[in-house]
Amino acid sequence: MAAATKANTKKRSVSEWLRGYTGQKYMTTIIFLFIPIVLMILFTVIPAVNMGIFSFQERDQFGASVKWVGFDNYKTLFSDSSYFETFINSLYYFAGSFVQQAVALLVATILCTKIKFANLFKGIIFFPYMMNGVAVSLIFRRFFQKGDGITNTEGTLNSILMLFGADPVKWLSNTDIVNWCLVFASVWRYIGFDIIMYIGAIQSISPDIYEAADLDGANSWQRFRYIIFPGIRPIIALQLILAIKGSISVFEIPYIITGGRFGTSTFVIRTIDTAFTYQHVGLASAMAVVLLAIILIVTGIQKAIFKEGK
Amino acid sequence: MDENKAPDIVEETGEGTDALAEFRQNHEIYKFRETPKIVRIIFIILKYLVLVLGCMLVILPLLVVLLGAFKTHEEYITTNVFALPADPQWENFVTAFIDGDVMRGLLNTAIILLISCAGTIITGTMTAFVLQRFNSLFTRAVKTVFLIAALLPNISMQVTVFQVINSLGLYNSIWAPCILYIGTDIISIYIFMQFLDNISVSLDESAFLDGANYFRIYWSIILPMLRPAIATVLVIKFVGIYNDFYTANLYMPSKELGVVSTALYRFIGPYGAKWEIIFAGIIICIIPSLIIFISLQKFIYSNLVTGSVKE
Repeated sequence: MAAATKANTKKRSVSEWLRGYTGQKYMTTIIFLFIPIVLMILFTVIPAVNMGIFSFQERDQFGASVKWVGFDNYKTLFSDSSYFETFINSLYYFAGSFVQQAVALLVATILCTKIKFANLFKGIIFFPYMMNGVAVSLIFRRFFQKGDGITNTEGTLNSILMLFGADPVKWLSNTDIVNWCLVFASVWRYIGFDIIMYIGAIQSISPDIYEAADLDGANSWQRFRYIIFPGIRPIIALQLILAIKGSISVFEIPYIITGGRFGTSTFVIRTIDTAFTYQHVGLASAMAVVLLAIILIVTGIQKAIFKEGK
Repeated sequence: MDENKAPDIVEETGEGTDALAEFRQNHEIYKFRETPKIVRIIFIILKYLVLVLGCMLVILPLLVVLLGAFKTHEEYITTNVFALPADPQWENFVTAFIDGDVMRGLLNTAIILLISCAGTIITGTMTAFVLQRFNSLFTRAVKTVFLIAALLPNISMQVTVFQVINSLGLYNSIWAPCILYIGTDIISIYIFMQFLDNISVSLDESAFLDGANYFRIYWSIILPMLRPAIATVLVIKFVGIYNDFYTANLYMPSKELGVVSTALYRFIGPYGAKWEIIFAGIIICIIPSLIIFISLQKFIYSNLVTGSVKE
């Protein structure tokens, strides 16, 4: 190689080295990675390090008053139960994600059989995933709205209920049901994604196996039980782990639909409010550290499971 | 599973069916009972029922928006949500588009999309090229940092990203979201790297021996070949940025800097009781997504979904 022959002549000028194989490699690495690394340091490394440091401080967003408080922020977090109550709300979303996965699997299985207009059905059910989150949230504000007779008529859901003679319900201000309403909106938004993923997984199973089953007169349930389900089990497991991460990071839908009121606040909403509304950046940093710790643990479990699987 | 393979069967001749029956007896998994015809028909009906029900659940909330957007305010507060507008109004769309700042939102979003996509493609492909092609201690270290960075919870991180943006003087400027979309996008780098895995290194090497430097190799060989990966990244970027709410909400509070999401979000205040205008705004904002979805449907299914699973 050109570089090797050049290496034999020991005395080389800098410009020669630069034109050689190694020199070019070094230069390209430095030039190409310069901007990405600067951005990475600015927006990932510094904030991550600051997060750790700030969690031991009491400070506002602009760093005007900084006080070291040791582990006080963490003590507040773990002793004031109101912070961890927001994690209970995550359980609603986690429960919802089980239903979401089950329904997605059902619809995906159906769409993989002989169905007329399969593409139309698929398109309609998937489209909410493409929609703007604020638009989705506003649509569901109206969907669950309780009419007041002056500025608003009954929302979509109450109108449907009244068709069947039921009384209208205050969906979004009743603390017993409001979280389920938000979970419904969340499932509505994301289920299309899971369906497409499951369809992909089901279609990657070899068609020979289906043919053999058809030949033997296997019915739909047997097909699902003995072929589809075992074939896509790893993906179902992965989805459920991702659901844990998703449900502790819920933010947009409750933030816009209810603003976190009526007992719908989540840990992330609480973190953001603590940092930007109440300006307790130290405490908010501690919350972010706790969330990161949980996510790292879940990721560790995920890695362990999927290494074993393969 | 190999011994479970069904023997070749010729349906018409008796021999084949005998062989099949014997095979079924030997292998328990194949001992399925024939399903009666009625049950099969019920199954088919149930299948369509599930799909129609699912589509109705998606369409109903949207239908109300579509109907409401064409109503006058009086009509909206007096008629049922499913009632058709007596005399379809286009006025709400005009109000939402101009007074409601949706136009400015679309424009700002377009600018941010353009800058962020261009930035991501240039820096993303360059980073992926170096990280995938050159294996040194340094590139391995950078790869590890990227791997860890991908795990950080995005919204919680803003607690401390805010100070950096603020001290760079980017607060309340259109550059704040742009630089964040470019600088914290690790998924794109992964997609490019994965694609590069399948582009033979011998191509680079022969070009190098022909005297091309690495920039030439990147620019004239690698970048053109990455076109399919770039298309994937563009779709993921579009969906992510067009639908992102919090970055713009946090870093661009000024009214002039509204994007699609924040323009819609700000409807809640002044138009809080005027849902017909909010509906019109929602419809305008959904149209670009709908156009892209319909024209790229198959591409989106295979790229958006598989692309983001590899996170």
